[in-house]
Formats: sequence, C-alpha cells, structure tokens
Amino acid sequence: MKAVLKYLKEYKWLLIFGPFFKLVEAVLELFLPYFMSLAVDHGVLKGDKAYVIKMGVTMLITATIGIVSALICQYTASIVSQGFGTKLRNAMFDKIMSFSNTEIDDFGTTSLVNRLTSDVNQLQTAVAMLIRLVIRAPFLCIGGVVMAVSLDIKLSVVLMVVLPMFIIVLAVTMIKTVPLYKKVQQKLDQIALVVRENLAGVRVIRAFSKVSYEEEKFKNSNEEYAKTAIRVGRISSVLNPLTSLIMNFAICAILWIGGVRVDSGSMSVGSVIAFINYVTQILAALIIVSNLVVLYTKAFASLGRVAKVLNTEVSIKEGEGAKEVESAYAVEFEDVTFYYEGSKEPALSNINLKVKKGETVGIIGGTGSGKSTLVQLIPRFYDATSGKVKVNGLDVKEYKGKDLIHSIGMVPQKCVLFTGSILENLRWGDLEAKEEQVKKAAKIAQAGEFIEKMPEQYHTMLTQGGTNVSGGQRQRLTIARALVKEPDILILDDSFNALDFVTDANLRKALHENLNGLTTFIISQRASTIKNSDQIVVLHDGEMVGIGKHDDLMKDCEVYREICLSQEREEGGEA
Amino acid sequence: MTNKKSTTLKRIWGYIGKYKALLLFVFICAIIGNSLAMLAPLMVGNGIDKMLGENLVNFSLLWDIVFKLILIYAISALFQWLLSVVSTKVANEIVKDIRKDAFHKLNKLPLKYYDNSSRGDVISRLTNDVEAISEGLFQGTTQIMSGIIIIIGCFVFMLMISARITCIIVLLVPVCYAIAATIAKKSATMFQKRSQSIGQLNGYAEEMISNIKVVKAFGYEDMAKENFSKMNDQLYVYGQKAQWYSSLTNPTTRYVNNLGYVAVTVVGGFLALSGGLSVGNISSFLTYSNQFAKPINEITSIMTQLQEALASAKRVFQLIDEEEESDDSQMKSLEKEGKGEVVFEHVDFSYREGVELIKDLNLKVSPGNMVAIVGPTGAGKSTLVNLLMRFYDVNQGAIYIDGIDIREIKRDDLRSRFGMVLQESWLFKGTVAENIGYGSKDVTMEQIMDAAKKAHAHSFIRRLKDGYDTLIEEDAGNISQGQKQLLTIARAMLLDPPILILDEATSSIDTRTELKIQKAFHAMMQGRTSFVIAHRLSTIKEADVILVMKDGNIIEQGNHAELLKKKGFYHTLYHSQFAKEK
Repeated sequence: MKAVLKYLKEYKWLLIFGPFFKLVEAVLELFLPYFMSLAVDHGVLKGDKAYVIKMGVTMLITATIGIVSALICQYTASIVSQGFGTKLRNAMFDKIMSFSNTEIDDFGTTSLVNRLTSDVNQLQTAVAMLIRLVIRAPFLCIGGVVMAVSLDIKLSVVLMVVLPMFIIVLAVTMIKTVPLYKKVQQKLDQIALVVRENLAGVRVIRAFSKVSYEEEKFKNSNEEYAKTAIRVGRISSVLNPLTSLIMNFAICAILWIGGVRVDSGSMSVGSVIAFINYVTQILAALIIVSNLVVLYTKAFASLGRVAKVLNTEVSIKEGEGAKEVESAYAVEFEDVTFYYEGSKEPALSNINLKVKKGETVGIIGGTGSGKSTLVQLIPRFYDATSGKVKVNGLDVKEYKGKDLIHSIGMVPQKCVLFTGSILENLRWGDLEAKEEQVKKAAKIAQAGEFIEKMPEQYHTMLTQGGTNVSGGQRQRLTIARALVKEPDILILDDSFNALDFVTDANLRKALHENLNGLTTFIISQRASTIKNSDQIVVLHDGEMVGIGKHDDLMKDCEVYREICLSQEREEGGEA
Repeated sequence: MTNKKSTTLKRIWGYIGKYKALLLFVFICAIIGNSLAMLAPLMVGNGIDKMLGENLVNFSLLWDIVFKLILIYAISALFQWLLSVVSTKVANEIVKDIRKDAFHKLNKLPLKYYDNSSRGDVISRLTNDVEAISEGLFQGTTQIMSGIIIIIGCFVFMLMISARITCIIVLLVPVCYAIAATIAKKSATMFQKRSQSIGQLNGYAEEMISNIKVVKAFGYEDMAKENFSKMNDQLYVYGQKAQWYSSLTNPTTRYVNNLGYVAVTVVGGFLALSGGLSVGNISSFLTYSNQFAKPINEITSIMTQLQEALASAKRVFQLIDEEEESDDSQMKSLEKEGKGEVVFEHVDFSYREGVELIKDLNLKVSPGNMVAIVGPTGAGKSTLVNLLMRFYDVNQGAIYIDGIDIREIKRDDLRSRFGMVLQESWLFKGTVAENIGYGSKDVTMEQIMDAAKKAHAHSFIRRLKDGYDTLIEEDAGNISQGQKQLLTIARAMLLDPPILILDEATSSIDTRTELKIQKAFHAMMQGRTSFVIAHRLSTIKEADVILVMKDGNIIEQGNHAELLKKKGFYHTLYHSQFAKEK
C-alpha cells in the first residue's frame, strides 16, 4: 500500500487545499437559506424593499464565492488525481522494465498492461472522489451527530445503536466485495489475453478455421467477466438501500420515542422536528459515504494489484560494480547448472567453458538441447542456478547497471522489431549512433541494399513486430541493430536461418572482414556454419558432450560426427 | 460533431433494445422507490402533528403512522435495491454484447488490419473503453432515472403553488442545458483524445513488456521509460483537461440554480410586498425549487462518466465499423476431397499502393505435386502463401483451386483444405496437448501423442514438468523456439490436410530431427499437393517443381536437375551454400 500511496504525498498540500475549498462551498451553501430567511423576516414582513435588495446582493456574493471555491476544488481534484495516476504509471513501468523474464512470465504481459491502465484508472477516480466528497460527507455527518446529541442525549441513544449497525453493514460488504473485485480484474485480464492471442495468431487461427472456436473461448471469458461483475454489483447494491433503511428505521424509532418523551413532557415537539432533520442530514451524508465505499472497495482491489507490481522483488539484482579485472578471457562458464523455474530437469548441467577475447565459438546441438539458454546466461537474462558465469573476468552478478550488456550485442532467435522507423529500430543499440554508423552496420548485415530500395529508405516505418518486411529482412535488421552497438561480444542465436545462402555467405564474409577482435558466439543448426570456429561446443540435453575444434570433434565426439555426417550426406551430393 | 455524438448514442440505444423490458423494470423501480421516498417526509410531518404536547400524544394514531412509515421505507429500500441490481445487470449485459460484437468483428477483419494496428491499442478498446461504457451506462440508468422522477415530482408540486414563479425556474433549465452542452462539447474532444492516449500507452507498454528480453539486451530500458513517460505526460494533459472541463458542469449549473434561488427570493419578496403571494408560499416554493435543482445537479455531476463513456463508445464503434472481409456466406462450398490442383493466373499484388510486389505471376501446380519455392529474402515467397490462403486478395488476376476461383469459395472451406506451418510459431496459453489438438475436431490423446511422435516432439514433451498437460505460458517463454516449431508441426500432422504449406517450418530445428520430420511429411503428403518454402536447398531437392522467385516474379521453374543444368540463378544459389566454406 505504502508503495502506492507515497505518490500521493507529493500532493499533500493540494490534498488539504482542495477539500478545504469544498468545505467553504458547502458552508456557504448553507448560508443561502439563512440569508433568505433574513430577507423574509426583516424585509418582506417589515415591508423594507431596500433590505430585500441588500440581502439579494449578499446572497449573490455568497453564491459567487461558493462557485469559485467549488471550481478551485475541482481543479485541484483534476490535478491531483491525474498527476497521481501519471506518476504511478511511470513508477510501475519503471519497475516492470527492471523485471526479469521470470517476473514477467509470472504476471503475464496482458495482466501487467491492464494493471498499468485499468487499475490505475480506478485509483485515479478514487483520488478525485477523495478530494471532492470525502471531507464533505463526514463533516455533514459528524456535524449532524454533534447537533443531535447536544439537542437531546437520551434520544441520541437511538443513533448510538444505529451507527454501529451501519458500520457493520459497511464492513461486511467490503470484506465480501474486495476479493470479488479482484476477481473482476482478473477476468478482465483473461479477456485481454484472448484478444491478444487472437491478434498475434490470426494467421494460424484462420488457417485452421478456428474462428468460431476462438469466439467461443472469448464468449466464455466475456460471460464469466459479466457474471462476476453482476455478482459483485448485486452485493454492493445492498449498501445504499440498506443504509437508508437503517437510518429511516431510526427516524421511526425517534418518532415513537419522541412521542413518548413529548407525552411525558421531557421534550418539546420542535426538538423532535429538529432532531429528525439532523438525522435526515446524517442519512444524506451516509448515503454518500456508502457510495464512496463501493468506489473504494473497487479501488482497493486495484490498489492491491498495483502494489503487487511495485513490491515485487526483482529476482535478478544488479551488482555493486566491482573494478574491472584484467582477463584474457571474454567469457567463462564455471561449472554452470541451470534450471528453469518449476522444471524438474536442468536445462544446462555442469557447463565449463573458457572463451578468449576475439575467439569465435560455435554452439551446436539438437532442438531443446540448451543452446539458447547457454548464451542467455551471458547477458544475465537468467542467473545460473549454481556455478559462475564471468564476462571479462568478472562475475556477471557483480556488474552494475548497464555495464554488462553494454559490451554485448545480442541477436535473439526470435526477430523482434518495434513500431517505428528502420532508423529508430537500428539505433536501439546506440541512441547517439550517427547515420553513417547505422548505415555501415546495415551494410555489414546485408540490409543496406534492400533498405535503400525502399521508397523512404531508413525512414520506412515498421509496424509492430516488423510484420511489413519479410522474415529474412527482419533477421538482417536485427543483426544490424546489434552491430550498431559496436559490441565486444556478439551473440548470434540461430540468426541466419531465414536467410538465403547467398546472403548468408555474404553476411558472414562481411562480419569476418569488418569486425576483427570481436568475440562471437554463433548458434547454428548447421555444422558448416560453425565448422571454422575456434571452439565448438556440442550440447545434448543440457550437457556439454563435446568441445574443441572441428577435426578433433569429428574424431572424439559421437554426437558431432552424427550431425556432420547427416548434413554432408544431405548436401554433399553435387558439391 | 453533435451529429456524430447522436449516432453514437443511437447505437448504444440499439444495444439497449434487447433489454428494454429490464429497462422498463428499472424505470418502474425508480418510480416506486423514489416516489415513496418523497412521500415519507410528509408522513413524518403527519406523525409529528400527532404530538400536541405533554399528555397530548395520540399513541394509537402515531403507531399507525410509524407502522406505515416502516412499510414505506422497507418497500422503497427494496425497490432502490432492485433498481441498482437490475441496472448493474443491464449495464454488464449490454457491454458484454458490445464486447462480443467487437471481438466478432475482429475475426471478420482482413489481415491488413492486423498487420497495421498496434495490438495494445486494440486490446485497450476491448477492455478500458468497454469498461468506461459500462460505468457510464450504470450511472446513467440509476441516476438519470431517479433524477427524472424527482424533477417531475417537484415540478408538479411547484405548479400547484405558483405557476408564475415556476416560470423563472423553468427558464433556468435551458440556461443550464446550454452551459452543460458547451462544456460537454469541449470536454468530449478531450475525452476522445484521452482514450486515444490510453490506447497508445497500452500499445507501447504491451510491445515493450512482451519483448523485455530484447529491451534488456540493448539496455533500452531508459529509453523505453522515457518514451513511456512522454506518452504518459500526454495522457496527463488530456486526462487532466478532460476531467477539469467536465467537472465544470456541476458547479456552474449549481451556480445558475443558486442565482435562480436568489431571484425567487427577491422577486417573490416583491410580489409578497405587493400582496400577490403569502410568505408561507415563498418558503415552500423555495424548498421545492431547491429540490428541483437537486436532480439537475445530480445529472450534471455524472456528466463526466457519461462523456467518458461516449468517447470510449466511439472508439469501440470505430473498430466495429472497420471494413470487413467480403461476405462469403453465399459462396460455394468446396468438397473436402479435391484433387488439389492450384493455378495462379496473371496475378498482380502489392501490400501498399504504388509499391508493386508481385507482377503477372502465372503458375500451374498439378495435383499431388510437391512445389518448392526458393529465392532471396523479400522476393515474395510468403506473400504467395498469404494469397493462397486468402489472407490478402489479389489486385489483378485470379487463383484457382480445382478450377474454382478462390474468391468464390467460402474462406473456411478454402482454408480447411490447407495445413499450414509458419516460421513464426504461434502457441496459446493452454496445455501442450491442447496446443497440438488445435484445429482438429474430437481428437483422442492417442492421436495427439501419435502426431507428436511423428513430429519428434514426443521425447521433449515427456520430459516437461507435466508432460502433455504442461501449461504453456503467455508468450510461451518456457519452451525453446525449436520446440515451439515441433509443436506446430505436430499440430499440422494431426490435422492431416489435403494440401500442405510449409513456410520455413523447420528453420529452428536441428538438421537431424529435421530430416526425420521431413520423411514423416513425405509419407503424409504422398499423392497430395504441397508447397514448401525453404532456404536449406537440401530439403527441397526432391520437389516436383522448384519455383525460383526474385523480386515478386518466378524467374526459373523446373526440378532440381533441370535447374542446375540451366546454370541460372538457382545454380548460383545452390552452389553458394558451399562457397562459404572456403
């Protein structure tokens, strides 16, 4: 909670300011009838026209000050609630950006996005209401109680019985509805998830003629959402009428007891009337309170969801930033074992690997053998379960902030590009990169040619995921993006598989010529791609079953030999 | 502007239509609940009249009144509760329908829409915007209905007292309306912009969060935060203005009402002085005019929500109004067992006007043939698939399957002829078994496992935490790219389609497994037509026809041996595979 509410603190003064003016308005509004009665008593009854006019002017001024106060309050409310929401969203997004994959998978993308918008929206509304109504309602309520008690203590016993009842009703409804409102938001996540999957998988869904199935799925989520929302609505609907019922029964009781007391002569009829008026006023205030409670239980559920994001411990914490060590090795794996969360079997076990600066390392192995996992430990997407990963002699856990990834250029297996121009996408590696630098990287990645053929060249806009360029073009752009960074360590995770062979060959040639001294990791399915590497790592079910140069592995490593032979047989024919 | 607003309203009304009976019920509840609530104070007054002083209280009459009051209060509370419950139900049911229509619409939109819009924005329309409509509808039905009843009630009471002064009050109504309308116009624009901003923000967050790995790999977090914060600031500007403008309505109309109150006091005072009105009359008149102003104030105070709802409704309807794929319900059905002949005739196609991609493409595929498509990236190979599946329609020319123009066939019929495996494997949140069984009807676990075995996915699935029941997470972060491809291949194998399309289907799979899978495909496709797009030329050597594409055209055509003999582009391409090793 604290994590969320601290963003309200900055508006401390406005939070006092706004309700204060609301109060001023409320008080002034009460004065209007008073002035009116003066006008009647002293003006009309005494035939004094001038007095009537004088009171009219006074009323006019009162009303005007009232509206100005109200406007100030509204303005404050809009500034505070929207400002609070904006700050909260920023803080949440900042936090999310520090999450590792484990946390993101835990929440799910759609749920995080919903928390950012829908839940923060609820909180914003709650804050606006806080300023507009929260002070006024208790003010009227407490004022009413004080007046009633001072009028007749014995009669106010009724209030003492009734008010706790009201509080119990409030508490029960809140306890009942908070979890339900949480559920409502979860169901909303569900809806968003189905929509998102449909947007991403439209080709497959249509190709498999599953549109009606997806509609059914959506219908279920939609229906469940509506059902839960209606259920919670039914419970919170009780609050308002029940409040009036309790207070109105109190009026009945007062009428009866008042009658008894008037009969015994211990109370005047006028007092009973006044007492009932105060109770009516309390009732009006309590109705507002109960409406607010509905709003706040809703907001409370959202508050929990937002706080959960802000309070999540990031599983990968950055290090202290120890001094750089002189090391001949760019990357070292020391007895590294890694388990994905919740999985029984290790994705990598006991990996030992030393890579000298400037070396090229080829990684090969079957599908799911742990190739991608291995390289993802280098930029610390995950932390090794046991053992150590070192970059430039320093444990990756000791790097501070961006120091680690600063030197690493990563080309992920899944080619992801972002909405924006090609230039913007390529500059991801280095925001200050000159256009020349970008163009050079694009040329090396064999992307220069096709980019320049486009009508808007480097300013061509890409759609989300880069769906408006072909798979091979996407791949080359992701390679160029990593090169713009001018990294010391380049990681290519199966990054040539969408390229035709001419392009592939040219690309590798260009990489070789332009990037001397670069430590390179190449994951590939093809032995030929990594054949000339300084070291070849052969993975099988997470274990390193071979390491060395091509010729040695051909001799010693059964798995490697099988891979090579199967491929030679395949393409060796006419070569 | 106002015209548009009224059509938005009209459309919302259209959705309400189905629930007219319930709405009528809501109205009746409002009438009963509120008129009883208005009656109660009179009864209380009657009760007090029964107390005339010490020893002068008529208890039997008082008891009578108290008893009636309890009854009235109970009934009024009951109806107010019903009013609220039914309103919740109506509001939720209506937005459920709207949401359903929006989703249904999504499924009718051409691929072009999907390829060009931000996912997060579309999601926002179906979540945030629909939520706003729901909130607005609920407030609208409960508050406005009650408001109307109270207005009518007070109006009647006032007329009974003095028609002349009623005029003054009534004159205020158009003034209030004019003010509210002017402010509404201004804030409506802001609300519209606000929803847009939320959509944009949603889109950006979705894109960044779902690709957190790339963001981290490039240390782009700070930039992402900055961009987000900029959009957030924009949202603040619109959000604050929208809220501020719309919150002007309530105080201003209240001010106008207070002016009316002042006017009644002064004018009424003068009238009384000249003997036209009794003092008591002024007092009760003022009470009612105050009562009369209350609902106006209440209505204007929920303006914010209503306008938010309208702005959001506009965005949702915008989606519902997008141009659909042409209606195909009248189209021909395609027999399940066709020969599988595919013909492209003078096909022209471009994604964007003016940027030509495919020009005058001609191709005839005999039934049972395996067609391989090769060529440099960006040559239009995947576009061919897009056209064949009718994800996009040709600009010129036609494509025929078994002699029928595909534009004359029901899309579902057409698509169910094909089994497709794409380079980008798509999995959804669900178990492994559900993901494999996707697309097939009534499959048994044995069949699923059988398909998985053929796709060589069985062994890795068995090693997963819960085997075939392992839950695949959103974005499938818990399995590797290659494994994802194996699952999508198993999915296609299970489907056993008449025509198979493989678009770089095995690109992330190791070569040994790939070989085995290919054998399984070959066995399956015996005598059926198939299209294979691949860069590894070794995988397509056995194809009956190899199409070599370049810049949207087929430049060479023939089988492997013929093409090599030609010593053309294919020859170069093929030998380049080995050139790199030197």
